[in-house]
Amino acid sequence: MAENKFNLRIITPERVFYEGEAQMVEFNTTEGEIGAYPGHIPLTVIIKPGILRIHEADGERIAALHSGFAEILPDKISILAEVIEWPDEIDEDRANAALERAKERLKNKYENLDVARAETALQRAMARINVLK
Amino acid sequence: MASMRDIKRRKSSIQGTQQITKAMKLVSTVKLQRARTAAEKSQYYFDSMYRTVNSILSRVGHIEHRYLRPGDSERKAVVVITSNRGLAGGYNSNVVKLITRNDAFKKEDLDIYSIGNKGREAFARYGYTIKEDLPEIVEDPLYSEANELTNRLLSSFEKGEVGEIYLAYTFFKNTVSQEPRLIKLLPVEAKSEDDAQAVMNFEPEDIEAIDMIIPKYISSLIYGGLKEAIASENGARMQAMDNATSNAEDMISKLSLQYNRARQGSITQELTEIIAGSEAIG
Repeated sequence: MAENKFNLRIITPERVFYEGEAQMVEFNTTEGEIGAYPGHIPLTVIIKPGILRIHEADGERIAALHSGFAEILPDKISILAEVIEWPDEIDEDRANAALERAKERLKNKYENLDVARAETALQRAMARINVLK
Repeated sequence: MASMRDIKRRKSSIQGTQQITKAMKLVSTVKLQRARTAAEKSQYYFDSMYRTVNSILSRVGHIEHRYLRPGDSERKAVVVITSNRGLAGGYNSNVVKLITRNDAFKKEDLDIYSIGNKGREAFARYGYTIKEDLPEIVEDPLYSEANELTNRLLSSFEKGEVGEIYLAYTFFKNTVSQEPRLIKLLPVEAKSEDDAQAVMNFEPEDIEAIDMIIPKYISSLIYGGLKEAIASENGARMQAMDNATSNAEDMISKLSLQYNRARQGSITQELTEIIAGSEAIG
């Protein structure tokens, strides 16, 4: 029987965030959302802010994943995340405030506005809020 | 010969110093343990990062990319990690020597990004150009700080202000041995060892992936260097203070001997005087 799970490691500069067996993992990349099952072809992708869903044998865990990249191999997935948070680590008020701020910046289009940066901030705030929902 | 009082004063002053060095040793031992755990925890990330970047570069080594070849400028940027406090033996001067004694580096062509006061003081004394002075990072390094520094370095590289970027820090081998290291951050050198690995695909394309991954790679090297350097600093200080404490011990025991000799000498002298005096009277 083919293996129906793979080894998932999520590493941040400060700690090992997650290490375990998963059946499937979903997250957002620069090329769109992807979901990886065991036996995926080798692939390296760049992460965009979004929700990370880890499908384990007995349920699903979610986290807000903001940046980094992922290396997908048939039997192993490593996510090198610069910023990632479990839902209980997120400060909802701060995320809401950041969302408002980013929206306003993008709407008003100030001079010298770093649009890419404001957009990333918006995406991050949205990822955080969506994870809490 | 020094008088008894002088010797006693000297001895108690050394005892005072010894108490300080002993306390400093204990403090740095505790700090070292904490710093070492932190360094080990972040080790995973760098190992994976290094492996991934290598596997990417081994496949795209022939590709023309601005991060993979030196810039046109003769200038070089060096990020130097030292400590804010002294009394750590040769820790700071060893890192500084990596730069000052290196023939490939000309004083006029260097931009120093100094992390740590001691390094900045030394480079300012030698007359180097201090481009940035960031002493507070070394107190409690955050990944975001390493990231911001990387962005500034990269923009300086892209503008053609510098052609190469280096990092000088102290690698933490173990508690008793730390090794100053100089590594090249940019251009990234593709390793030629081509393992028979599964062919890796990239989304987006190779070149875009390099664009995005290299800055993360450099941030992680700087962040890792900071963690290592902090562990090394405390290791070096612990050793220096341990040596100082045992030197003080030696001096104290030598002075105790001198003090006892002086005391005995003065008693003998007094006795001789009393006897001589009584003989003269009798």
